[in-house]
Amino acid sequence: MSKILIRGAKVLGGEPQDVLIDGETIAEVGTGLSAEGAEVVEAGGKVLLPGLVDLHTHLREPGREDSETVLTGTRAAASGGYTAVFAMANTFPVADTAGVVEQVWRLGREHGYCDVQPIGAVTVGLEGRKLAELGAMHESAAGVTVFSDDGKCVDDAVIMRRALEYVKAFDGVVAQHAQEPRLTEGAQMNEGVVSAELGLGGWPAVAEESIIARDVLLADHVGSRVHICHLSTAGSVEIVRWAKSRGIRVTAEVTPHHLLLTDELVRTYNPVYKVNPPLRTERDVTALREALADGTIDIVATDHAPHPHEDKDCEWAAAAMGMVGLETALSVVQETMVDTGLLDWAGVADRMSVKPARIGQATGHGRPVSAGEPANLTLVDTAYRGPVDPAGFASRSRNTPYEGRELPGRVTHTWLRGKATLVDGKLT
Amino acid sequence: MDTHDTPVHPQASDARPVLEGPDIARVLTRIAHEIVERAKGADDVVLLGIPTRGVFLARRLAAKLAQITDREIPVGSLDITMYRDDLRMHPPRALARTEIPGDGIDGKLVVLVDDVLFSGRTIRAALDALNDIGRPRAVQLAVLVDRGHRELPIRADYVGKNLPTSLRETVKVQLAEEDGRDTVLLGAKPAAQ
Amino acid sequence: MQRHLISAADLTRDDAVLILDTAEEMSRVADRPIKKLPTLRGRTVVNLFFEDSTRTRISFEAAEKRLSADVINFSAKGSSVSKGESLKDTAQTLEAMGVDAVVIRHGASGAPYRLANSGWIDAAVINAGDGTHQHPTQALLDAFTLRRRLVGRDAGLGQDLSGKRITVVGDVLHSRVARSNVDLLHTLGAEVTLVAPPTLVPVGVESWPCAVSYDLDSTLPKCDAVMMLRVQRERMNAAFFPTEREYSRRYGLDGDRMARLPEHAIVMHPGPMVRGMEITAEVADSGRCTAVEQVANGVSIRMAVLYLLLGGNEPAVTHSRTEEK
Repeated sequence: MSKILIRGAKVLGGEPQDVLIDGETIAEVGTGLSAEGAEVVEAGGKVLLPGLVDLHTHLREPGREDSETVLTGTRAAASGGYTAVFAMANTFPVADTAGVVEQVWRLGREHGYCDVQPIGAVTVGLEGRKLAELGAMHESAAGVTVFSDDGKCVDDAVIMRRALEYVKAFDGVVAQHAQEPRLTEGAQMNEGVVSAELGLGGWPAVAEESIIARDVLLADHVGSRVHICHLSTAGSVEIVRWAKSRGIRVTAEVTPHHLLLTDELVRTYNPVYKVNPPLRTERDVTALREALADGTIDIVATDHAPHPHEDKDCEWAAAAMGMVGLETALSVVQETMVDTGLLDWAGVADRMSVKPARIGQATGHGRPVSAGEPANLTLVDTAYRGPVDPAGFASRSRNTPYEGRELPGRVTHTWLRGKATLVDGKLT
Repeated sequence: MDTHDTPVHPQASDARPVLEGPDIARVLTRIAHEIVERAKGADDVVLLGIPTRGVFLARRLAAKLAQITDREIPVGSLDITMYRDDLRMHPPRALARTEIPGDGIDGKLVVLVDDVLFSGRTIRAALDALNDIGRPRAVQLAVLVDRGHRELPIRADYVGKNLPTSLRETVKVQLAEEDGRDTVLLGAKPAAQ
Repeated sequence: MQRHLISAADLTRDDAVLILDTAEEMSRVADRPIKKLPTLRGRTVVNLFFEDSTRTRISFEAAEKRLSADVINFSAKGSSVSKGESLKDTAQTLEAMGVDAVVIRHGASGAPYRLANSGWIDAAVINAGDGTHQHPTQALLDAFTLRRRLVGRDAGLGQDLSGKRITVVGDVLHSRVARSNVDLLHTLGAEVTLVAPPTLVPVGVESWPCAVSYDLDSTLPKCDAVMMLRVQRERMNAAFFPTEREYSRRYGLDGDRMARLPEHAIVMHPGPMVRGMEITAEVADSGRCTAVEQVANGVSIRMAVLYLLLGGNEPAVTHSRTEEK
């Protein structure tokens, strides 16, 4: 691997600098660096960030290769500026054994677009009854440290308590999909003014908040850390803020779509807006943005959930829940957080790379852009603005809620350990 | 009712009256006498006006017939909207009232009353409508103005005034009940149409 | 140009009055020896029913046949739909057969909206009840019944329901009839009060153009009509109320309660009635109960809607909210 000189890049949005990559690492950061023997990438004022890390991705392989595979999912990730993704466990078969997590991990390594860190299931078959072999998954080649039944809530308080305690042995973390199942039977959308009018089953905020409240108390009681997936309500923010003020070891994520979209969109009955947790209200969106800005919410995670066309081209109730997000996440964050003045680019690097890498213990990711660090980098043309065109997605699925919507920012280059995975917006 | 496909602009400066109030009263009286004469006393006559202005004309005729025969003459209305052959060429129209007198029309002499006879399509629709309502002994037609240009083999039994017109002309009947005055106007179709 | 009837909320006051006036004329056809009009000759209407509802289907079918439309009944039960064929495929199959209108009843809220706006078909879509969302022709026939009884058959022509006080009682949460009626009666100028146990009122009801009360007895003396909604016994098992007995004691309409209504007030029910639950036999069979009249009015209203949407080269009803241009 040869040298690459990125010239005139605003590192974390600062003054333009040159960054020299030598092999797999960053050799030098400064001004007027020599281009001798190096391939030159003229950044021209684009923003250089550490490669993004997604703590919440559904790659669908094994089992639903019609919607996504490790290859197409990691290509989508590279396209969106990611150098590491955490693959959720709700595959077929479920990633609840060392065998399945190793398979997913190995596929990621072979394709080489993005590091794939499998997440292990908390319970066997995501059924919430019996703990999966968490230790075995941790000791496997995949080295699993994050466990989640995502898609389903670990609603049994005893199972949740045991899982929180058990993973302490290897400093793991349980990522909870907070959804009280009884309160959300038949739920189709956020419960409120819009659901009342549309006659769609309501998904109350309290179904999320009650589980988060319980879990932070449990984490406190057993001295474990807990991670909250895709937090979506203003009330959840309040609970996490309270827990953090008490010193409880809780981290939380928000998805890009919950930072931008509201349940008003459901009035179209277009299932592209059907997602779990559901789109909430303007008030929630405002609270989520503020919480991400002030650090109450630690990270942005995509909850990239690919679905084949037919699962969305139907009536609302029959449609699958979820949205693809890897290829639009950074644009949505720029739109909602940066262009609104809530967060600077250093803040974006923190929420989308540094913190998620830390929570998931993704070594070599989320590191500073400085000499000696692994060259996991992404270059963003923040001046760009244009409509989202799903036809250009690298993901196998097209279920984006942003089709045709104008969004700012475009990732032009991604480097995974010095190797370019995206050049001028094109995958290598 | 035939005037619908010849948009009418009564205010158009070149519209000139061809019948005025007294003329209209006179021709209605004449028609009433003709009905009594041809129907041999009008014993079984039922007058059915075609909305909107045909209904007013039918009521006026009924009053005149009552004067002549000293009897109450049943009068009603027959809305033909749902039987039109040009429904698909326009947005749906609001329906008008069909009111059949209490004794019905079976075995009666039904006299349809309309303001203007033109293509004959309205009367064709009225005959279809009648068919669904009962079986009259006979059906006759009385119109205030016959302006010609028939598109169907239909003719009027009682005509107030034969008015030869060109297709570029419009005929507009105004009646006091609806328009505040009695008159028949002959005008020119706007060129833009 | 699309032409659909998806939600009662889409109708303006003038649209609604036009439909009621047209239905008044249509109702006269029922009194004639030949109850048929040639108006929709050559037009094909499909009754696409994904949910069993013999009453609604028959009412639409009668309306379609009286207007001489060619009628195809498509019941999803036992068809390819129950074998996993999607709404889209079913719709496109019907489209290929050249249908002019689809009357759809579906268990999923929004399915008719989806059908009308997804580009799957060109035909007009008429919502015959979707999930717990809307049932616009039911609201129209209720408004028609109200106007006839409270304003008058001839006196009502061209009129709305300004100032009339209507109380709707029962399972509002799961009721498309309640939603449609709140929208339409409000548009027509009536004051609507919903009465139900708090468990059967949706969260978010505060945005609806109506009042909400938990006390039936206090609202009865002040209303011109009371509309009783069906309450399914199964709701009891989901803890919406403790027992059937307690429900009927607090929210059922019996003879004593009916006596508290003003002299002129009527009792309505969209059917099918659960006698002994929301309404006693004494009330259901009394002269004040318009349930049977509502069924007859349903045919007239559906004839009016079919005529106004399909009778010409474009619909006579203007649309607003749920139609994407």
